[in-house]
Amino acid sequence: MSGYLSLWEQYGGQMLAAFWGNIQLAFYAAVASLILGLILALMRISPVPSFRWVGTAYVNIIRNTPLTIIITFGVAVLYGVFTWQLSSDFNLNFFQIAIFGLAIYHAAFFCEAIRAGVNTVPQGQAEAARAIGLGFFPAAQNIILPQALRGAITPIGNTLISLIKNTTVVAAGSVAEVSGLMKTMIEFRPDQGILIFLTIAMFFVIVVVPVGLLTTYLSKKLAVAR
Amino acid sequence: MSAQQSVLFDAPGPKTKRTILIINVIGAAVLLFVLYLLFKGLGDAGELKPEKWNVFAQGSIWSDYLLPGLMNTLKAAAISIVLALVFGFVFGLGRLSHMTWVRVISSIVVEFFRAVPVLIMMIFFWLFLGGAQLVPPDQSPFVAVVLGLTFYNGSVIAELVRSGVEGLPKGQREAGIAIGLTRGQSLRSIEVPQALTAMLPALIGQFVIILKDSALGSIVTYNELLYSANLVGTGNGNVFQALVVAAAIFIVINYALSALAKWLSRYLASRGEAGAAGHNDGGAEAPPAQVMGAPQTL
Repeated sequence: MSGYLSLWEQYGGQMLAAFWGNIQLAFYAAVASLILGLILALMRISPVPSFRWVGTAYVNIIRNTPLTIIITFGVAVLYGVFTWQLSSDFNLNFFQIAIFGLAIYHAAFFCEAIRAGVNTVPQGQAEAARAIGLGFFPAAQNIILPQALRGAITPIGNTLISLIKNTTVVAAGSVAEVSGLMKTMIEFRPDQGILIFLTIAMFFVIVVVPVGLLTTYLSKKLAVAR
Repeated sequence: MSAQQSVLFDAPGPKTKRTILIINVIGAAVLLFVLYLLFKGLGDAGELKPEKWNVFAQGSIWSDYLLPGLMNTLKAAAISIVLALVFGFVFGLGRLSHMTWVRVISSIVVEFFRAVPVLIMMIFFWLFLGGAQLVPPDQSPFVAVVLGLTFYNGSVIAELVRSGVEGLPKGQREAGIAIGLTRGQSLRSIEVPQALTAMLPALIGQFVIILKDSALGSIVTYNELLYSANLVGTGNGNVFQALVVAAAIFIVINYALSALAKWLSRYLASRGEAGAAGHNDGGAEAPPAQVMGAPQTL
């Protein structure tokens, strides 16, 4: 027990800082990938064939590529080969490349989540809207999108949860975050290995479980009765 | 659903058709321009030079690096799939148990492993098992990858099992109990087989995730496909090309698996419609759709 306490003395500050890094990564990547995912979803449900084709190709390619490859790609290729510099600061640069990679990957999943939400709306709703004389925008705004958003809550929540957990994968791009720190900690304090793991795991349980509960609560509360 | 039309858009009239055509041409032009910029950028950086790609025409690159890497990826994925299925069924049925303590323990285990990132588990098992000499040091990356994948995906499968069984019409269990089966017998011989059919597409979707996540093994020095592609790339000065080849292999395998899942869900849905009317009472058509919505995870 005293060993565990000394562990906190030694690494407590670093652990909190590293975990804060993960939360920041998750936040920025979530905003960016939600926007990109929304654009992709609109492309995929639009009646314009070339837009649909681009959206479908993006989703099929990105969704089937491991995130580890995308992150490695960002660091080894964008930075290493093309000398991409998003920021003059060395660490901040990797951090931003990591956000970029996370956003690219999860946009495909957010796109599918939003599309799944739109698909939950029965065709009859749109037909009824047109029958009472609503045009495209009024129908979309008042009838279809409110129902679609409610249907998309669960898949969007699930994607958000995996995004939070996937921020650990940016360790492949040597960004300071908890999985890299955990490796250092276990190497230096092998006697506390299990407790180190449980501590880091608890960080994620504390963040992820409430998001899951909120998703379930919202999707039940806002469920469209059909 | 009319052909490729989404709920948001009405069938286009002649005027809209013309507008769509114009937007389509503009969209295609923008796409071609972006692709041109991409290839020009790659060409200017010297990434399209034949000598950077020719490495992959050598048999030795494949026989010494990429194919063994791919075999290791498939080996870890296959073993994890089997173990995750076992884990998933044990804890999924555990969550359905009528004994409170079994249910509580199963719930805690499943929720814990679902919330912890796979990579965190892999790094822990890798260093811990290796350091404690529980497995031979050269095997610890492999064991870590398999354990990490098993615990995470097993708990997702447990949720699939649970939602599959809970999605069944209540009458199925009642009928089982009415003919004198115990709850366990009814679960095993009536409910789980039906739930299994409904969850099959989602299950295959989960296999795609296992295969993709096995690439995390490269971080814990397991010499799978991405790891060997990195070796090839750094050895021959063509990291970009090596990563593209590795990504392409993953995409082809996963795309095939996803296509299988899609076909299977359509086949099962059509079989359900053609089946006996008695099978379609109440919510019987809803559960497959709900379970199918699940493979979005990760």
